[in-house]
Amino acid sequence: MPTYQLKVNGKETTVEASEDSPVLWVLRDHLDLVGTKFGCGIAQCGACTIHLDGSAVRSCSLTMASVEGKSITTIEGLSEDGSHPVQEAWKEVDVPQCGYCQAGQIMTASAFLEQNPNPSSEEIKTAMHGNICRCASYTRIHKAVAKAAENMG
Amino acid sequence: MSTTENKTIAFNRRSFLKTSSLASGGLLIGFNLFQACKPEVVKEAAVDLAKLDYKDFNAFIKIAKNGAVTIFSPNPEIGQGVKTSMPMIIAEELEVPWEMVHVEQGILDTEHYTRQLAGGSQSIRHGWDALRQTGATARQMLVNAAAAQWGVEASECTVKEGVVTNAKGETIGYGDLVEAAAQLEVPEEVTLKEPKDYTIIGTDRVNVDIDEIVTGKPMFGLDYKADGMVYASVLRPPAFGQKLDSFDATEAKAVPGVIDVIRIGEKANALLNQEAKNWTAILSSSDKVVVVAEDTWSAIKGKKALKTTWIDDSPLESTEMQDEKLMGLLNGKTFTNLRKDGDVQKAFAQADKVLERTYESPFLPHNCMEPMNFFANVTADKIHLVGPVQTPEFAAMGVADMLGRDVKEVHLEMTRMGGGFGRRLYGDFVYEAAEISNALKKPVKVVSTREDDMTTGVYRPAIKYRIKASVKDGAITGYHLKEAAINSNMYGLIPNFFPAAAIDNYQVDVANYSSNITTGAWRAPYTNFLAYAEQSFFDELAEMMEVDKIQMRLDLLEKAKGHNDERIQYSPERMQEVIKMAVTKSGWGKQPEGVYQGFVSYYCHNSHVAEVADVQIEDGMPVVKKVTCVVDCGIVVNPLGAKNQVEGGVIDGIGHSMYGDFGFEGGKPTAMNYDRYRLIRMKEVPEVETHFIQNELSPTGLGEPTLPPAGGAVANALKAATGKRIYKQPFMEDPGFWKTAEKPILG
Repeated sequence: MPTYQLKVNGKETTVEASEDSPVLWVLRDHLDLVGTKFGCGIAQCGACTIHLDGSAVRSCSLTMASVEGKSITTIEGLSEDGSHPVQEAWKEVDVPQCGYCQAGQIMTASAFLEQNPNPSSEEIKTAMHGNICRCASYTRIHKAVAKAAENMG
Repeated sequence: MSTTENKTIAFNRRSFLKTSSLASGGLLIGFNLFQACKPEVVKEAAVDLAKLDYKDFNAFIKIAKNGAVTIFSPNPEIGQGVKTSMPMIIAEELEVPWEMVHVEQGILDTEHYTRQLAGGSQSIRHGWDALRQTGATARQMLVNAAAAQWGVEASECTVKEGVVTNAKGETIGYGDLVEAAAQLEVPEEVTLKEPKDYTIIGTDRVNVDIDEIVTGKPMFGLDYKADGMVYASVLRPPAFGQKLDSFDATEAKAVPGVIDVIRIGEKANALLNQEAKNWTAILSSSDKVVVVAEDTWSAIKGKKALKTTWIDDSPLESTEMQDEKLMGLLNGKTFTNLRKDGDVQKAFAQADKVLERTYESPFLPHNCMEPMNFFANVTADKIHLVGPVQTPEFAAMGVADMLGRDVKEVHLEMTRMGGGFGRRLYGDFVYEAAEISNALKKPVKVVSTREDDMTTGVYRPAIKYRIKASVKDGAITGYHLKEAAINSNMYGLIPNFFPAAAIDNYQVDVANYSSNITTGAWRAPYTNFLAYAEQSFFDELAEMMEVDKIQMRLDLLEKAKGHNDERIQYSPERMQEVIKMAVTKSGWGKQPEGVYQGFVSYYCHNSHVAEVADVQIEDGMPVVKKVTCVVDCGIVVNPLGAKNQVEGGVIDGIGHSMYGDFGFEGGKPTAMNYDRYRLIRMKEVPEVETHFIQNELSPTGLGEPTLPPAGGAVANALKAATGKRIYKQPFMEDPGFWKTAEKPILG
């Protein structure tokens, strides 16, 4: 199996994996970063969202061959202690029910707010539309993204 | 109607597992949460307290010398919030600041507990008395220890926030009392707090796992790892009705990372032949092929490389065939009667007017965000199981039976679950993991893909209802509900829900046919569709009678008052109260122009709910903009968590009634993943406004009751907005039906 060099959560990392392996499974099974979740495997639910060079991407549909030399941030690396404004807003609003999709939601929201620090309600809805929450904590997700924007601004 | 009992209660000493000094210092109190159900299994306390291993108990309070309190939460957490709300009840009676409480998930202990499961929205309702008694008993022992130290009567002492105070104003903290308290007798009687004195119950408390969730800590079954663990991907029959004939693993074994390919099924199938164990009937009766690999991706890839041949074992069903069979049942005469009051046929014959409607629903998969998975390590002396399952006790017993082992050898740890919705009541994945580990002699984690999960489910079956009612001299005189379902019918007290007791001639009949498609409980079983059918029907009945829709419901409830039928558990008074509040809070009848409302009131899972949906027309299409939801679930233990459950239930109910569509062709599901199966998403989500009735009645559950009414409220609002009534879910199966809506009329 080939070896890949990439930066994960700020650390230079070398990992051996098959070139068609989705980044999701390398993170989870090889690098012990299980905060990134498996939901559908076809980039339809957003549970596996990570940042690749700062942009939100679905790690289940991203092969190792395509990330060589790039920088990845996972939920574990979003902040050192859970103090990113989006994480703080998630705590303040008490968003989760089961909690499984929330890492993906937070990674989508944090990348979105980097691009658009003062979103409208409709823009938040559009940005978060790709992430499924089966427990339907959507109203709180929306509220937390708005609150994070407010706190960041 | 039960009320909260605050009086002094006698405590069954045998139900309390005594106290202990921990080696590390601290008081340990084990308790049996559900002693009322299973008192005979509770043993007397260990004599040598110092040697007591706290892990012998699956739920208890631990108080450290510094006053920190650990409360073990016994029931599985599937997102319903019990890991926060159940310990809140203990902490309230224990009189400790919530900030000093640390909550841990208890393990399965089949010896000391019953009902250590998540289902039916019953955890809080069943746990209410026992949890309060547990906290109160521990509190009394700490007070007794302080009183003994001071040489005063315990009754002269007061306690607040973990500190005991005597008449002279001297104080001692719990941390300094634990050693002494551990040596005392368990009190025979304890006094429970008055609801007016609550400082934790009824206050907003954030999910106890919030920090771990937002930082991505390993908490879920899929996150679990053990030394030497291998990963398994299971190939099950592609169609219901097919079974494995043969397979060729040559190419699969050539996939890098694949360790082995094995065939399983023999042990699980043997269980199927034991008729008494019908809970194993959800297991597929076919052998399965398992690809074992060093990591998940290699296992999935290996599975794709398998060459298999399947043979047809029983008829391969299609949606069309199912529809025909169900309609045949509705039109036929093979019903089982579940309730019969008066004579509906006579009422229909004598009626001025009769209304009859038929309502149809599709299958639904559960689609928990965390796909089914489980860890098993079967060794000569122990069976170690870890993962997400709503029924850990059944799973442990089943695995022990399957492997011919004693259930005492099973050690089962519950992880936080990425959703349940009923799917994880059925532990088929636990059996698979155990059978694979037993064959490999290795620790293994079975991981389902989304496709595995959606195509080999335990679905909400397609169901059809036919409702017929008669009107004579302006009154509803007869009501006949018929259900045609697959594999099983409505259960328990559902046939006695409203409008039973409100209509003199009332009858419920059910029929089903046996299918090879596995079916089971799905969040609010039966009522998740029945509520929509019934509440749509009531609206149409009111339209036919030319009476006010709300008043018609209030009048029926008035008629139901004063019955002495024990099977009727809904309260007409409580239902009237939620209806009236919903009318006020939603601005019913006073909505601005262009807003169309639909109303539903419903009782299930011991809670009373009324919902009003607001629909507006945007770009020629009806859009659900807002839902006002009023709930009477008695005392609201954690309003912050409770509102989350209410909102989730409402939105889930809307999503599945509008979009949830799942069919079969040649025994195969027509959707395998979210590209073909639509779940509600952010842009389709309405605002949800939640109100709780304030009272001091014993609490009931919230995981399910707000879901069933949502579909009905939307259907009634769609009718108001478009003039069209829909008799089939999902409502948006054909968006064109709504697009061509006639000129809106006020309904």
